[in-house]
Amino acid sequence: MARTSYHLRTLETTESEMTDKKQDFIDQGMQDLNNDGVDRRGFLKCMAWAGTGLVWTMSGGIPVSRAFAKGMHDSGGKGGDFSFVQISDSHMGFNKPANPDVVATLRAAVDKINGLPNQPEFLLHTGDISHLSRPEQFDTVDQVLKGASAKDVFFVPGEHDVLDDNGKSYLERYGKNAQGAGWYSFEHKGVHFIGLVNVLNLKAGGLGSLGGEQLEWMEKDVKHLKHSTPIVVFAHIPLWSLYPDWGWGTQDSAQALAYLKKFGSVTVLNGHIHQIMQKVEGNVTFHTAMSTAFPQPQPGKADSPGPMKVPADQLRSLLGITDVNYVKRQHSLAIVDSTLA
Amino acid sequence: MTTKNVWIGRLAIPVMIAMLLFVGSSSVKASNNDQPSAASAEVKIDNFSFAPQTLTVAVGTTVTWTNRDDIPHTAVSTEGVFKSKVMDTDEKFSYTFTKAGTYPYYCTIHPKMTGQVVVQ
Repeated sequence: MARTSYHLRTLETTESEMTDKKQDFIDQGMQDLNNDGVDRRGFLKCMAWAGTGLVWTMSGGIPVSRAFAKGMHDSGGKGGDFSFVQISDSHMGFNKPANPDVVATLRAAVDKINGLPNQPEFLLHTGDISHLSRPEQFDTVDQVLKGASAKDVFFVPGEHDVLDDNGKSYLERYGKNAQGAGWYSFEHKGVHFIGLVNVLNLKAGGLGSLGGEQLEWMEKDVKHLKHSTPIVVFAHIPLWSLYPDWGWGTQDSAQALAYLKKFGSVTVLNGHIHQIMQKVEGNVTFHTAMSTAFPQPQPGKADSPGPMKVPADQLRSLLGITDVNYVKRQHSLAIVDSTLA
Repeated sequence: MTTKNVWIGRLAIPVMIAMLLFVGSSSVKASNNDQPSAASAEVKIDNFSFAPQTLTVAVGTTVTWTNRDDIPHTAVSTEGVFKSKVMDTDEKFSYTFTKAGTYPYYCTIHPKMTGQVVVQ
């Protein structure tokens, strides 16, 4: 099973302590990097393609590579630890090359989830559930996901889920406990999860958008949380400026991230771009997931971000799921991507 | 067999309408020899872009957008003048421009996609 993984540790320290600790981590990190024989350039290269076999420990923002098996061992655990799985971009209803059968690949994703060594307690779906917002497409996804061992699924919409009716039917189906256009938050074993909607009211020439009402809600939502609370934010379009030329970014995401500055550990999970991309900026780790339907080209490597046509025998190595493990005693989140191959 | 009959039935009406429209448009053309270009124009959607990005037409022209991508798109006036439904692959949307002016529009799903129709 091809996997990419890294580890994120919460720093429960003051600003000045953090600076000292950061230097320690840098020193330690550099040493580890040298021992492993993987430099920063090598790290980035590894992350550029799906399905590597290294574990990345994020310590004070410095990636440290370790043997894959050891990393898995560390992130497994008991008592308060848990894992959840992110799936994304099912595009139910899509039937063109390179994937004429998106039901089969979603089923394969469910099989992959059910075969994970640590069973996830719930699933997050980061949007583009359907290809054309049609009721039967949502029905099919709901039906296939019923086969997953984890019964709770938390959704946020992609732009393909809110076509024609401005998200009304999406909200009726998935937004029962949501605010506004479908945003919400919940707690799970000490971790605060925030699902955001950034695919509505998009302006000509612009990027993804959260909007004033949602930002206001978010500010209030996190105001009274302890700084040590690990935060997981999930939304469809990346909340960082990944490749604006293709619309891969959210124009008012900086405001949302400003509300999260005080927290020691923030993990941002997105979909939309159908490939793994990661970035660490201070206390925030950004991560995008693979699609369960079809791959998209690397930024700028094609005429458009449309579906990438690949040979049938390669398709499943470019689709996948993201398994996130939270280890309570370490206050850390470990993210492991697995392809469907 | 039943399926086939239903399909023929479903096809028959649109085909008849199309034939009537064809007859209609050619008779309009015949009676308006002074403005032969005022009939129709095309915008193709390929690779997440509108082509031509700026289309210049005469008043009265019907513009038809065709989506040739594997991904759905829309063509929606920035100023609320016209709004297509979502066009899946090979689906079309038409709008007849009856007043001179510049009409910017974009794809509401992929807002980086923009274009304009200039009506003279």
